Amino acid sequence: MRPAASLIIFTTLSGLGFGLAAVIGTGLLKATSAQWAIIHGFVSLGFIGVGIIASTWHLGHPERAWRALSQWRSSWLSREGVLAGAVVMLLVIYVADQIYSGTVNAWLGGGLGAGLALLSLATIFATAMIYASLKPIPLWHHPLTPVNFVLWAIAGGLLLAATLNTWQGTTHSLPPLALITLLIATTSKIAWWQSPRKHNSTPETATGLGKLGKIKMIIPPHTEENWLQHEMGFQIARKHRNRLRPIALILATALPITLIITAPHSAISLTLATILHIIGVTTERWLFFAEAKHSVMLYYK
Amino acid sequence: MCADKNLNLSPPTSDRVAKTTCYMCACRCGINVHLMGEDIRYIEGNRDHPVNQGVLCAKGSAGIMQHLSPARLNTPLKRIGKRGAGKFAPISWDEALDLATSWLKPIRETDPRKLAFFTGRDQSQALTGWWAGQFGTPNFAAHGGFCSVNMAAAGIYTLGGAFWEFGAPDWERTELFLLFGVAEDHDSNPIKIGLGKLKARGIRTISINPIQTGYSAVADDWLGITPGTDGLLILSLIHVLMKTGNIDIDYLCRYTNAPWLVIRHPNGADDGLFWRDADGNPQIINRENGAPVPANQPNIQPDLKGEIPLNSGDSGGVAVPAFMLMAEAWLNEQYAPESTEAKTGIKAARVYALAAEIADAAFKREITINQPWTDWKGEQHAKMIGRPVSMHAMRGISAHSNGFQTCRALHILQILIGSVESPGGFRFKPPYPKPAEAHPRPAGKSTQPNTPLPGAPLGYPLSPDDLLVDDKGQPLRIDKAFSWDAPLSAHGLMHMVISNAFAGDPYNIDVLFMYMANMAWNSSMNTRAVIDMLTATDPESGEYRIPKIIYSDAYASEMVAYADLILPDTTYLERHDCISLLDRPICEADAVADAIRWPVLPPKRDVRGFQSVLLDLGARLGLPGMVDDKTDPLYKDYADYIINHQRKTGIGPLAGFRGQDGKAQGRGAPNPNQLDAYIENGGFWSKEIPENARFFKMANQHYQTFAVEMGFYDAPQPYTFQIYSEILQKFRLAAQGHGTMQPPEHLRPRINTHFTPLPEWYAPFEGAAVDAETYPIHALTQRPMAMYHSWGAQNPWLRQIHSHNPLFIPPALAADLGVKDGDWVWLESHHSKIKAPIAIMAGINPHTIWTWNAIGKRRGAWQLDPNAPEAKKGFLLNHLIHELLPMKGDGLRWANSDPITGQAAWFDLKVSITKAAANEPKEVAPNFPILNAPPNLETPKKMLRYGINILKGTRR
Amino acid sequence: MTSLPPPSKVKLGLVIDLDTCVGCQACVVNCKEWNSPGYGAPLADSDPYGTKPSGAWLNRVHSFEATDHDNTSRVVHFPKSCLHCEDAPCVTVCPTGASYKRGEDGIVLVNEDACIGCGLCAWACPYGAREMDPVEGVMKKCTLCVDRIYNSHLAEEDRIPACVRTCPTSARHFGDLGDPNSAVSQLVKARGGFDLMPEQATKPVNKYLPPRDRPHIDADKSDAVDLLQMAKSATPNGFWKWLDSMLDRLGE
Ligand SMILES: Nc1nc2c(c(=O)[nH]1)N[C@H]1C(S)=C(S)[C@@H](COP(=O)(O)OP(=O)(O)OC[C@H]3O[C@@H](n4cnc5c(=O)[nH]c(N)nc54)[C@H](O)[C@@H]3O)O[C@H]1N2
Ligand SMILES: Nc1nc2c(c(=O)[nH]1)N[C@H]1C(S)=C(S)[C@@H](COP(=O)(O)OP(=O)(O)OC[C@H]3O[C@@H](n4cnc5c(=O)[nH]c(N)nc54)[C@H](O)[C@@H]3O)O[C@H]1N2
Ligand code: SF4
Ligand code: SF4
Ligand code: SF4
Ligand code: SF4
Ligand code: SF4
Ligand SMILES: [Mo]
Repeated sequence: MRPAASLIIFTTLSGLGFGLAAVIGTGLLKATSAQWAIIHGFVSLGFIGVGIIASTWHLGHPERAWRALSQWRSSWLSREGVLAGAVVMLLVIYVADQIYSGTVNAWLGGGLGAGLALLSLATIFATAMIYASLKPIPLWHHPLTPVNFVLWAIAGGLLLAATLNTWQGTTHSLPPLALITLLIATTSKIAWWQSPRKHNSTPETATGLGKLGKIKMIIPPHTEENWLQHEMGFQIARKHRNRLRPIALILATALPITLIITAPHSAISLTLATILHIIGVTTERWLFFAEAKHSVMLYYK
Repeated sequence: MCADKNLNLSPPTSDRVAKTTCYMCACRCGINVHLMGEDIRYIEGNRDHPVNQGVLCAKGSAGIMQHLSPARLNTPLKRIGKRGAGKFAPISWDEALDLATSWLKPIRETDPRKLAFFTGRDQSQALTGWWAGQFGTPNFAAHGGFCSVNMAAAGIYTLGGAFWEFGAPDWERTELFLLFGVAEDHDSNPIKIGLGKLKARGIRTISINPIQTGYSAVADDWLGITPGTDGLLILSLIHVLMKTGNIDIDYLCRYTNAPWLVIRHPNGADDGLFWRDADGNPQIINRENGAPVPANQPNIQPDLKGEIPLNSGDSGGVAVPAFMLMAEAWLNEQYAPESTEAKTGIKAARVYALAAEIADAAFKREITINQPWTDWKGEQHAKMIGRPVSMHAMRGISAHSNGFQTCRALHILQILIGSVESPGGFRFKPPYPKPAEAHPRPAGKSTQPNTPLPGAPLGYPLSPDDLLVDDKGQPLRIDKAFSWDAPLSAHGLMHMVISNAFAGDPYNIDVLFMYMANMAWNSSMNTRAVIDMLTATDPESGEYRIPKIIYSDAYASEMVAYADLILPDTTYLERHDCISLLDRPICEADAVADAIRWPVLPPKRDVRGFQSVLLDLGARLGLPGMVDDKTDPLYKDYADYIINHQRKTGIGPLAGFRGQDGKAQGRGAPNPNQLDAYIENGGFWSKEIPENARFFKMANQHYQTFAVEMGFYDAPQPYTFQIYSEILQKFRLAAQGHGTMQPPEHLRPRINTHFTPLPEWYAPFEGAAVDAETYPIHALTQRPMAMYHSWGAQNPWLRQIHSHNPLFIPPALAADLGVKDGDWVWLESHHSKIKAPIAIMAGINPHTIWTWNAIGKRRGAWQLDPNAPEAKKGFLLNHLIHELLPMKGDGLRWANSDPITGQAAWFDLKVSITKAAANEPKEVAPNFPILNAPPNLETPKKMLRYGINILKGTRR
Repeated sequence: MTSLPPPSKVKLGLVIDLDTCVGCQACVVNCKEWNSPGYGAPLADSDPYGTKPSGAWLNRVHSFEATDHDNTSRVVHFPKSCLHCEDAPCVTVCPTGASYKRGEDGIVLVNEDACIGCGLCAWACPYGAREMDPVEGVMKKCTLCVDRIYNSHLAEEDRIPACVRTCPTSARHFGDLGDPNSAVSQLVKARGGFDLMPEQATKPVNKYLPPRDRPHIDADKSDAVDLLQMAKSATPNGFWKWLDSMLDRLGE
C-alpha cells in the first residue's frame, strides 16, 4: 500500500495524542496548575488535531468530512470519528473541570477520567480496526494489529506524559512505566512482524484460472500506472525493509529507553526521547503501509 | 445505509439520435450518435446495421474523443519553413485551392503523369480513382499495396473474391473454423460477432498463428506456426486430403477448372495454356466417350484424368486435365507432412489430425438446404449441399513475399473440399464474386496532356499485354505497378512512391498529392530514409527532389510536417461520405448494402471534407465530368455528387432509394432526396438476396440475374474457379522467352520460378537473403484491437490502454539473453537497429518475437507531450524493415515484396537480439528531433471531465 | 453488518465468458463512454495528452497467461468490474453511507454526493473494482448501468448494461442470478461458472465462465489415425483408382 504522508502523520500523531489523553484520564499525569492542565490538554488535543487534519488531506471532499460520523454501526472509520469526537469533548470537559475545580479529584473527574481513558483507547482501537478489518490486506488483517496500535499509543502517551511531567517539574513513576510499555509494544510489534499470515489469495484464486496452471499477467489493462496501482501497488524492497525495521525500533524504543535510563528526570533528555520515538513510530507506520500488499495486485502480477 | 433517494433510474439519454457510419477504422459499422445539444452524449452500435448488428468496438466507442481531439487541424496551411520544420502559415481555402490549381494545371497541360495521387486509407476510391483518371494520370493508388493486396489479388484471380469485403465465413452453419494469421482484421466487429456465434454453438475453431493472443487465445486449438511457412502447411493439408480421397470431386468438376485441358508442350509457346476451341472455349474430356468437348456444355460428365494428343494442326504436345497437374504438384513428397514439419514447426501428426478434422466436418457432417436452384448451364438442383468448413485469413499470410501463392493455396484448399459458396463454407458478399475478367485492365499505357485516361488507373491484368510498361519493358507508373517488377499489383504500390519519386526512377514527378496516409512514420518501411527522401534537395538547383507535396489529413500527424500545402479534413462526424458498391461496400452474404456518413455535427473550424475539396479542385482544373459546358462546377459538394453523379445511366455512388420516387434499387435515376432517405433509414440501405440466389453465386442463375438487376454488371458473369491459373502461366511463358512482351533479363528467373500456375511454396525472400545464424529470429507486429494505426494515439481514452508497446519474447529466448520483464534489448536487422523494452510471454512460436503495430510516435506529433510514453517507450519495427532486400551476388537489390503483386513483405523481417547494457538510457532508439506542431491547434487540456455539460443538464 | 440490506431476491449481475472474450476492450471504452456523461460526476482523466495519462474506469481488461507443468500455455483475456457482492465489504466500511447495496436488486452503488473520497471502500474491495476519480475526488465503480436497465427512454432491448450491449463476441451476459431459472443462472450451471477469490467471502454475484478444455486433437484421434494410415499406405495408383470410383459415382 502507498505510504501516504497524511495517513502516517494521522496514525502516528493522533495515536500519541489519544495515548496522552488516556494517561491524562487515568490521572497518572497530574497538572500542577490550571495552566499546566491547559497545556496537557492542549498538547493532547494538538496531536489529535494535527493528526485528524492531516487525515483529511487525503479526502477527495474534505468539506463533506462530517458525513463520516453517520455509519458508526458498521464502519470502523465512522466509529473512530465518533469516538474521536467524544474523546475531544471529554478531554475539554475534563480539562475545564480541572481548571474550574482546581483539582482532578473532583467527583466528576474520576468517572470522567476513566471514561476519557477508555474512550481514548477505544478510538485507537477503532483506528487500528479500520486496517485490521481489511481482509484483502493480509498483513493488517491480524489480531495483533489493534494491540500494536494501542500499545504504541499507550507507550507514546506515557513517554509524552513523562516528558510533560519533567517540564512541569514533578517527578513521578512515569518514566519506568513508559519504559516498560515501550518494551511491550516492541515485543508485540516484533510478534506481529513474525507471525505468519493466512494469505490464501493468489493470482490463481484471483482469476479462478488455477486449473490451467500458474498465472502471469502479460498485458496490463492500461500501460501507464492507474489509480489502483498507485494506491495499492507500492512495493518495498526486502533489502530496505530489513534495514528499516530495526531502525524503526531503535528510534521508537531503544534510544528513548537509553535516554530514560540515563537521565529519567531531565526534561531535555525526555523531550529528545519523545522526538526520537515519534520519528521511530513514523518509520514503523511508514513500514506498516509500505509492507502491506493488497489482493488487487494479484491481478497485476 | 443511505440509499440515494435522488437516484434517477431513467435519465434522458439524448435530444436526438443521428445514425451514421463509424470511421474510427475501415470496418464501417453503423452508429447511433446520441446528441444533447451540441454535445455527444453517447455513441452506440446500430442494431439494424448489416456490419455490426449493434455492437461497437473500443475504437468506435472512443469516437467522441477523436472528434474533440486537440490535434485536429483547423485551417489550410502553407509551408513557410523548411520541410519537416513544421513552420506553416494559415491560409484561406481560396488561397489553398488557387495554389493547388496553379501547381496542377501546368502538369495536366504538359504531362499529367507528373502528378502522383496516392490516397492511403481511402473509403472513396470510386471518386478518387475517377478523379485521377479524369486528370489523366495513371499514378493513382490507395493503400492496398502495402496492406493486403496478396489476399485480394489471389482471391480475385482464383475465386473472384477473397475475404473481408469480398466474403465471409458462413458463421451460422459452419462446423469447423480455421483462422490463418489474423490478429484483428479489417472486418473487426463482424469477425468477433462471428466468433461469438461459433462459441455459442460450441463450434471448434483453430487458429494458425505464431502468436497466441486475441482470437488465437479463444481458439479451441492454436498452431504456433513459424512465420512465412503457411503455404507449406496448407499444401501439406492438400497433400493429405488428396492422397486420402477427401476432396469433393463433383464440386471440382462443376465449379472449377480442374477438368479443363492444359496443353503440355515443353518449350512450346503454348505450354501450360488451356487448350481452347476456335471460339476460345476451354475443353474438357467427356467421360462417356473420352472425346474433348467445350467446358461450358451442360450435362456432360468430365474426366479428371486422361490425355489427348494434340496433332500438329493444334500445337503439338498433349492436353491433360488440370487436375492431373494438381495431383502431380501436390502429391509430391515434398508436401508430405513429414517433409514440412521441420520448416513449419507443426508436427506431422498434427497435420494429419487437422486434415482429419477438415475431412470429418466437410464430408461426414455435410449439410443440405432444401432450396431448389438452377445453375448457369441450366442444370436444376433440388438442394444446396454444404461442406461446413470455413476459413479466414488476412495479413499473417499475405504480408510475406510468398503471400500471393500462399493465399492462392488457401483458396484452393477451400475449393478442393467444396466449401466455397456452399452452405457452411466461405460465402461471397455482393458484388462479388467478380473474377479478374469482370474487372477492368489498368489504364495508362499512354497519357496525353489535358486528356482523361481511357479507363481506371487500377485493374487486373490478364496477360503480359496488359502491363503498363514501355517498349523497353520499363515501368510507366511512378510506383512501377503493373510492370515486370510486380505484374499483378492490382492495388498499386503506395510504399514505393516516395522512394521512386525521390530517385526519379522511372521519371521525375512534380507534385505528390496524398490523402490520409502517415507516410512519414508508421506506414513506411525504413521511416528515417523516407523522411530523408521527403526533405532531400537537388544539389544543383537546391529544389526538393519531390518538388511539391500536397497532403490532406484531419490531424497533426507526423506526415503533416513534410507537406507544402495542407488541406485540413473534417472529422468523420462532420462530413458526407459514401460507402459505395462501386468501391468497397458493406454487403453481407445474404444482402446488398451501402451506406453514408453525413454531418451530424457542424465543423466549427475552417476545414472542409476532402472529397468536396477534390471536386472543387477538379472543377478549378476543368476536369471533364466535374464541370459543365460553361466550365462551371457541376457539383456543389460531395453530397451533390453522391446524389447526382452517374457512372453509367442509372448507376450512381449509392444503390438505394434511387429514382425520382426513391423506390428504385440498384439501378435508377438520381433521387434528389436520396441522402435524406438514407438518413431516415439509419444511414444505410440494404436489400436481401433472394433465397435461391444465396449460394453458389458464381454459378447460380438466380444470383446472376439479381446481380444484373442490381447493376453489378450488365450481363451475367458466371465463371469457373481458377485453381490452375492460366494468367500466371502466361507471365511465366513470357519469362521463358515467348511472346512479344517479355520481362527484362534480370527478372526472367524470378518470374519463371514464382509465377507457377499452381501454387508452390518458396521461402520468404528476406529469410533467404540474410544469414540465418546472424538473424535467427522472426519479428512481427500485430494490430491492437483498441487502437487504429497512428490515429488512435491522440485519443486520451485509447492511449490509456496502449501508450507504449513492449516487445514480447518467448521465455527460452529471455532465459538465453538473461532478461526479465521491463529490461531493454537491441534488435538488429540487415540494415538497422532499434532499442526496445521487453515483456515475456510463453504463447509465441519459439523463433518469433512481436510487438503492437504503430503505437510508437514521433515526439511532438499528435499534440502529445514530447515526453509522452508513446515516444519514450513506444517504438516501431518499421525502422528495421527495408523496402529493398540486401544486395545479392548479382549486385542488384530486389524489392522486399511479393514478386507477383508487389505487396510489402512486412512480416518477412529477420532480426538478432541482444541485451542492452545496464548503463544505456531506458529509452527507445532511434530517437528523432521533436516535431513542431502546426499553427492554430487547440491547446491540450490538462484534465478531462467529459460530459460535465451534459450532466449539468440531465441530472436530477 | 448493519449496513447491508437483507439479501435481495433479485440479484442482478454479469456473467463473463472467459472462453469467448478476445480482450478487445470494447466493453471497457463503451462503459467509460456511457458513464462519463451519465452517472454522478464525469469519469475524468488526468494528464490526458501528457506523460502520465490516468483516468477512472469502471471496467478493465487484463490478459493473463496460464502455464501448466508440462509447459503448455494459454492466454486468457479477463475483464473485471464490480462483482456486486452479496457480502460487500466495500459497503460496510464506508463511513458516510455513500456506498450502499440496493435492497431491491442487489446493485452496489456510490452516492457520489455523499462520498468524501476517503478511499477506504477501495481498500476493502479485494478485486480492485473501485477507483478514485483523479479529478472529481469521489469514488467510482460499476453501476451495473442502473441508469440504463430501468431507463424508459431506452428501447426495451437496450435496457441492458452498455458493456453487454456492445460486446462484439457476446462474452458478457446480464441477468438475475437470484433466479435459478434465468438464462444467466442456467449458463452458470451448464458451464461451471465460478467466483473470484471465494476465500475472501464476499459472495460475488457476478460469475465467470471458465475457458473450455482444449482437447489436443492429435494423431491418436481415430479419424486422424485412419487418415495417417491411409495417407501412408496410399500409392499414386490407389489415388487414381479412388478417383475413378468417385467419377463413376457422379455419373449415377
Ligand atoms: N511495422 C508495420 N508497419 C505497418 C504495418 C504492419 O503490420 N507492421 N501495416 C501496414 C498497413 S497494412 C497499413 S494499412 C498501414 C497504415 O498506415 P497509414 O495508412 O499511414 O494509416 P494511419 O496511421 O492510420 O494514417 C492515416 C492518416 O490518416 C489521417 N486521418 C485520420 N482520419 C482522417 C480523416 O478523416 N481525414 C483525413 N484526411 N485524414 C485522416 C491520420 O491522421 C493519419 O495521418 O501501415 C502499414 N505499416
Ligand atoms: N484495431 C485495429 N483494427 C485494424 C487495424 C488497426 O490498426 N487496428 N488496421 C486495419 C488494417 S489496415 C489491416 S491491413 C487489418 C489487418 O488485420 P490483420 O490481418 O489481423 O493484421 P495484423 O494485426 O497485422 O495481424 C497479422 C497476424 O498475422 C500473424 N502472422 C504474422 N506472420 C504470420 C505467418 O507467417 N503465418 C501466420 N499464420 N500468421 C502470421 C501475426 O501474429 C498477427 O496475429 O486490420 C485492420 N483493422
Ligand atoms: S470496427 Fe470499431 S472503429 Fe471500426 S468502424 Fe466498427 S466500430 Fe468503428
Ligand atoms: S467487449 Fe467482450 S470480448 Fe471485448 S474485452 Fe469486453 S468482454 Fe471481452
Ligand atoms: S466487487 Fe468490490 S466494489 Fe464490488 S461489491 Fe464486491 S467488494 Fe464491493
Ligand atoms: S470513498 Fe466514498 S464511498 Fe468509499 S468509503 Fe469513502 S465515503 Fe464511502
Ligand atoms: S455494467 Fe455498466 S457500469 Fe458496469 S462495467 Fe458494464 S458498462 Fe460499466
Ligand atoms: Mo492495412
